[in-house]
Amino acid sequence: MARRAVAVIAISVAAFVAALVLLPLAAVLWRAGVWPALAPGDGQALWFTLWQALVSASLSCLLAVPVARALARRRFFGRGALITLMGAPFLLPTIVAVMGLIAVFGRSGLVNQGLGAIGLAPLSVYGAQGVILAHVFLNLPLAVRMILQGWQTIPAERFRLAGSLGFAPAQVARHLEWPMLRSVVPGAFAVIFVICLTSFAVALTLGGGPRATTVELAIYQAVRFDFDLGRAAMLAGVQFALCALVAVLIWRAVSTPGFGAGLGRAPVLQVRGLWHGLADALAIGGAALFVLVPLAAIGLRGVPGLAELPDAVWQGAARSVVVALASTALTVPAALVLALRVARGGRGAGLMDAVALLPLASSGLVLGTGLFLMVQPFAAPSTLALPVTVAVNVALSLPFVYRLLLPEARVLLSDYGRLSASLGLRGLAWLRLVALPRLARPLGFGAGLSAALSMGDLGVIALFASDQTATLPLVVQRLMSAYRIETAAGAALILVGLSFGLFWAFDAWGRRYAAV
Amino acid sequence: MRTSILAAGLSCIAFAAHAQTPVLTVYAGDYFTSEWGPGPAIESGFEAFCGCDLQFSTGDLLPRLMLEGARTQADVVIGLSTDVLARAREAGLFAPHGQDLAALTLPVDWPDDTFVPFNWGHTAFIYDTTRMAEPPATLDAMRSLPDDVTVVIQDPRTSISGLALVLWVKAVYGDQAGAFWADLAPHILTVTKDWSESYGLFTSGEADMVLSYTTSPAYHIMAEEDLTKQAAIFPEGHYFMAETVGKIAATDQPELADMFMAWVLTPEFQKVIPAANWSLPAALPQADWPAGWSDLPLPEKVLFLTETQAEALRVEAVEEWRAALSQ
Repeated sequence: MARRAVAVIAISVAAFVAALVLLPLAAVLWRAGVWPALAPGDGQALWFTLWQALVSASLSCLLAVPVARALARRRFFGRGALITLMGAPFLLPTIVAVMGLIAVFGRSGLVNQGLGAIGLAPLSVYGAQGVILAHVFLNLPLAVRMILQGWQTIPAERFRLAGSLGFAPAQVARHLEWPMLRSVVPGAFAVIFVICLTSFAVALTLGGGPRATTVELAIYQAVRFDFDLGRAAMLAGVQFALCALVAVLIWRAVSTPGFGAGLGRAPVLQVRGLWHGLADALAIGGAALFVLVPLAAIGLRGVPGLAELPDAVWQGAARSVVVALASTALTVPAALVLALRVARGGRGAGLMDAVALLPLASSGLVLGTGLFLMVQPFAAPSTLALPVTVAVNVALSLPFVYRLLLPEARVLLSDYGRLSASLGLRGLAWLRLVALPRLARPLGFGAGLSAALSMGDLGVIALFASDQTATLPLVVQRLMSAYRIETAAGAALILVGLSFGLFWAFDAWGRRYAAV
Repeated sequence: MRTSILAAGLSCIAFAAHAQTPVLTVYAGDYFTSEWGPGPAIESGFEAFCGCDLQFSTGDLLPRLMLEGARTQADVVIGLSTDVLARAREAGLFAPHGQDLAALTLPVDWPDDTFVPFNWGHTAFIYDTTRMAEPPATLDAMRSLPDDVTVVIQDPRTSISGLALVLWVKAVYGDQAGAFWADLAPHILTVTKDWSESYGLFTSGEADMVLSYTTSPAYHIMAEEDLTKQAAIFPEGHYFMAETVGKIAATDQPELADMFMAWVLTPEFQKVIPAANWSLPAALPQADWPAGWSDLPLPEKVLFLTETQAEALRVEAVEEWRAALSQ
């Protein structure tokens, strides 16, 4: 009974997500009536998009492994705060993140001032290296959190067993850590790869010009400038195809580690030795500097603007918080059901898994345009601005929450499935006693991400928004267009603060109630 | 309980009164209606005499109109800039304006029978006098800037000011536009999606010059009392841009729409434009500009491409730009 309910809800969620993402594309295509061929510059754009996404995602994941390992096996003052702050870059509106990076790595940034002081030639952040730097800055923390979660799900008993068997670190890595990484890293890679695939403003601003053209930029041009809807739909279709390909590859690469259940005590990973200590200190220190210095720069930039924030900022902020909470309340249960269903395997699990990655590959502009076309015959789009924002936020943040829950849902079912069955634990009792405590950590983290992400996006809503429905990111944009750059920086700081506050509250809840 | 019935009754009356007031729906750009844009003053100014309710509806202008087509709710559209007029006209949604354009004070002829300009300006490179003592004196000098000078511009594929820049260069250099871009390329720090991102990079000291408008210094002078931001004025001429108002042919409020179009050309409307829109009024003699605006350095020569010329050159000019900067 409960299982059937899960199956039905999971199929509904997957159908909703697929419909919300694919129907607008179909609407745009239908309106355009033609399916054009690729234009001459598109090959170059596609190539740049692909390779920068590949390099950015690989670097983010590779660098995240030592950082996550160091965080998993060291205890130090401020560790919890650092882990929470690690969530912040990912939540930044892209333009704010770019400004923070430029304050550190830009022409007159801290790094170049330092290099100048010791007589070295300046480094340029503008170019492919800047695009990759920004993508690693935005996504490394996400990868760290996802992989750290993996370390925390290896039962403490396995580490103790390894200890009593006298395993050297290399053997621990081979028997415990490598299998765990194989189950977690492919998912993290997939999410980050697809995020970087659809990157646009970051790539353009730091890419230094048309060399760094991405497919998303070509879509923007097609919709906003050339009004060539067929071309926009075709390019959006190319993005989906790439995403689907990645989803298939990842589905095949993932394996469940099969450590078996533990008693749920926090693992104690003791690694002695100077070299390991130094390596861990370097990993944690390096990551902390890399993430925190640009964040501090953003804070400093925003402070002067806080003095005279107009009312519109607070109204926008209130709307954004409501939208974020509504989106989260819908996203988290949907992602949980989907993850439990896919973790169970069987027919259709692979398809649902692919559907859950799909929204990441969707172009915000095409999505917004398609929804506008779909809504317009029935109602004035501006009256539906906030509901549409919520629906889109649910679709766009579901992949993250789902991806966080999936590895742990698999472990949960393989470890506790039989015990629960023999105890006759089912339905809500099973959810309350078994699933929620075991999944509290990724649920909290996922809810935090979902809320914070829903504070952000404005690409989709540009066609719908009116004055009465302007969310905070739109207000920031309007301030910037009116030369109020200082005030805009202040409003952006409020946006970052609120996003981070929501994220922190949910994440702290998850970590507090986590059984492991 | 009693008060809530009373409140309900009052709101019914208010609603009925509201329902009798005709509504003029004006589509405007996103920046337009915020409290720091020209929208609020325009709304209260018009409502003072029109006996109507002016409602702005903001968002992407042209894409939205094209998507809505004949179904559009708009009566009037304000803010379409000169370089997109050809495509707006092609959509076939607009009616002739029927206004007498004698009041226009533009530096160019305006024979258009559909769109009425309400503001104008030119593209220009803005520099900071504290960082650049000797700005380039001509557009051609931009080709031989000192090695360490950096410029940020906007992408002509995503931004209207970026498009104006490539048309500007095309208007001055013609077939040699590609060579201009090749010479400027080493100085282009980066290209941004929108004007605001470029301008942010410039004001935060990341770039020495930014592509903006001749009127940009006015904001710094009048709102911040900062005299260090200046436009480099070039003898080759500066590219002219205007924003326009158009009346939707299928409007259900044709009289109100005409009334609004006529009001756009009056001094009362025009005086709002400089300080709220940071651009020049289209129908106001220079002597009547608000204090400080007449002192703004403006170019003597204005370059203007008609929409047909601009549309014919657009694809080629953008491609030359892209090719030169992709090297």
